[in-house]
Amino acid sequence: MTNEVILQVKDLKTYFTVDEGLVKAVDGVSFDLHKGETLGIVGESGSGKSVTNLSVINLIPTPPGKIAGGQVLFHGKDLLAMPQAEIRQIRGNKISMIFQDPMTSLNPFLKVSTQMIETIVLHQGLDKDAAKQKAIEMLKLAGIPAPEKRIDQYPHQFSGGMRQRVMIAMSLSCNPEILIADEPTSALDVTIQAQILEIMQELTKRLGTAVILITHSLGVVAGTCDTLCVMYAGRIVERGPTDVIFEDPKHPYTKGLIRSVPRLDVENSERLYSIQGQPPNVIDLPDCCPFYPRCEKAMDICKKKYPAIANFEQGRTVSCWLYSGAKDE
Amino acid sequence: MSKTDLLLDVRNLKMHFPVKGSFLSKTQNYIYAVDGVDFSISRGETMGLVGESGCGKSTTARAIAQLYKPTGGEVYLKGKDLIKASAGELMEARKNMQMVFQDPYASLNPRMTSGDIIAEPIRIFQKRGLVDMGKDAMNERVEQLMERVGLSRFFKNRYPHEFSGGQRQRIGIARALALQPELILCDEPVSALDVSIQSQILNLFKDLQQEFGLTYLFIAHDLAVIKYISDRVAVMYLGLIVEISGAKDLYKKPLHPYTQALLSAAPIPDPKVEAQRRRIILTGDVPSPDKQRPGCYFYDRCSKRMDHCKTQRPRLKETEDGHQVACFLYHDPE
Repeated sequence: MTNEVILQVKDLKTYFTVDEGLVKAVDGVSFDLHKGETLGIVGESGSGKSVTNLSVINLIPTPPGKIAGGQVLFHGKDLLAMPQAEIRQIRGNKISMIFQDPMTSLNPFLKVSTQMIETIVLHQGLDKDAAKQKAIEMLKLAGIPAPEKRIDQYPHQFSGGMRQRVMIAMSLSCNPEILIADEPTSALDVTIQAQILEIMQELTKRLGTAVILITHSLGVVAGTCDTLCVMYAGRIVERGPTDVIFEDPKHPYTKGLIRSVPRLDVENSERLYSIQGQPPNVIDLPDCCPFYPRCEKAMDICKKKYPAIANFEQGRTVSCWLYSGAKDE
Repeated sequence: MSKTDLLLDVRNLKMHFPVKGSFLSKTQNYIYAVDGVDFSISRGETMGLVGESGCGKSTTARAIAQLYKPTGGEVYLKGKDLIKASAGELMEARKNMQMVFQDPYASLNPRMTSGDIIAEPIRIFQKRGLVDMGKDAMNERVEQLMERVGLSRFFKNRYPHEFSGGQRQRIGIARALALQPELILCDEPVSALDVSIQSQILNLFKDLQQEFGLTYLFIAHDLAVIKYISDRVAVMYLGLIVEISGAKDLYKKPLHPYTQALLSAAPIPDPKVEAQRRRIILTGDVPSPDKQRPGCYFYDRCSKRMDHCKTQRPRLKETEDGHQVACFLYHDPE
């Protein structure tokens, strides 16, 4: 990990218009991604993790979605302001993606070879034979046995774990600078999850690829990510180095989340800590802290205004009145 | 625990599903989803059942509840064999044995109100004269149940789509409690829930157990969840139980190579611990349960396999410290 920032997300806002009102799926998200860094984004369903990353590569379906503001700077150029033709050169090439369900992100009618060669020919300008060689090489790196034979098979002939390996091979075949992995292991069993995470870490390290890993599992984050963003109701509530956040979580939501996961390695107490209440309905969310109804430390101000970002050492930020309040006074 | 405390005793339970053989061929093929499972649960105990997808956890629970007619074996609930029981006897037994399902979206009828859903089991048993409860009493019971599982009684007339995932699971739990059963079969009841909701529901299960003296068969694929909720744990692989032990022991000292791999693969939410862990990465995928093998089912993926593991199948046997394990590392082949 170096200090070179390759991707800068600044105050990103993505809204969806639905019958019931306006859904602020992402509402002012900012983060930097450094070269070779693995950044984790955790949060519960509906917290805006996936929408953030679809917005980054400008894949939000419009309508109903709309990027309402902000910038996504990739080497200083704003991806959101780019014409489609130009961003297509980057998508799948410099920035590639892996999705949760490998069965729906691979085309079931096309052989794996066809799908992989298409990408490589398009972005790398190789001829078909060279592209096939490259594809076979990538499959081998991703740990698929007998890749020369398996490349000519169809996706349904692969198991779930193998399909995810194909996706990894495919997404890394153009040496991307950034890999966005959206819940890459959530549909897989633990033993297969361990295999896939290991392959992904090993390959991205070797190729120097930066990774944005979206997940709901704190365990996966702890083992793989350098930096961590915790999202709640469309905003990043806490951001910083993974080990520091786990050691000393500051936002009450992060604290609660870490405490409410049962652990394998230590004796659990008789009762598990749990955050009370339900995640908020994100339709027409008022401009207050969305966590306050569930927060143990809620104060009057929390109901009135969204907290400003408080900065800490090591690039840590926390959005909570417990920390940002002190500055106003 | 003495024998009289035994609530559920499962012996050599088998559940084979027929699948079509190839065109024109007369051979009938089977999926051996559960292929000889033995375990027992004492009153007031929580038995965790853990394993990867397709290992037969859910099938085991459904075969115990007689939602599938098992291919073979015996299932004793309070000493009564459910497989041989008549329809009437089974009905009576089911009053004592209820289920909570994984998907709170699919397991509640979208056209019934939450109050009706919870009252449904009582109504069914009332029709058959197995429960005697007046309308007012039933209403009161439903309201009590709702409040007990953490739902306001004013939600009684709402439909499932008006509730969140965690609240729906609470409805499912209230329904399972309606007949005051002794045994509840929980089939991945927290797997579809978010972390913060999952811990609420796990605590609810624990509280209810204490309050009503419930016995659980608790299925999950998350090992940390199983460890938290269970007294004893059974690990399944390809339709067989490979290890049973006390929850704490299992995590401290797993014996079967599969249990060891499973535990080491589970991520721990602590970067410091993760940095120092050494994983046993299993090669390959879980094989398909479409044939019976002569040897150990884990043979292909095992790092400690020996020659006789291929030809002889290890049986579940007790080791000195109360573990039961099916592996030739701990006992000699017969």
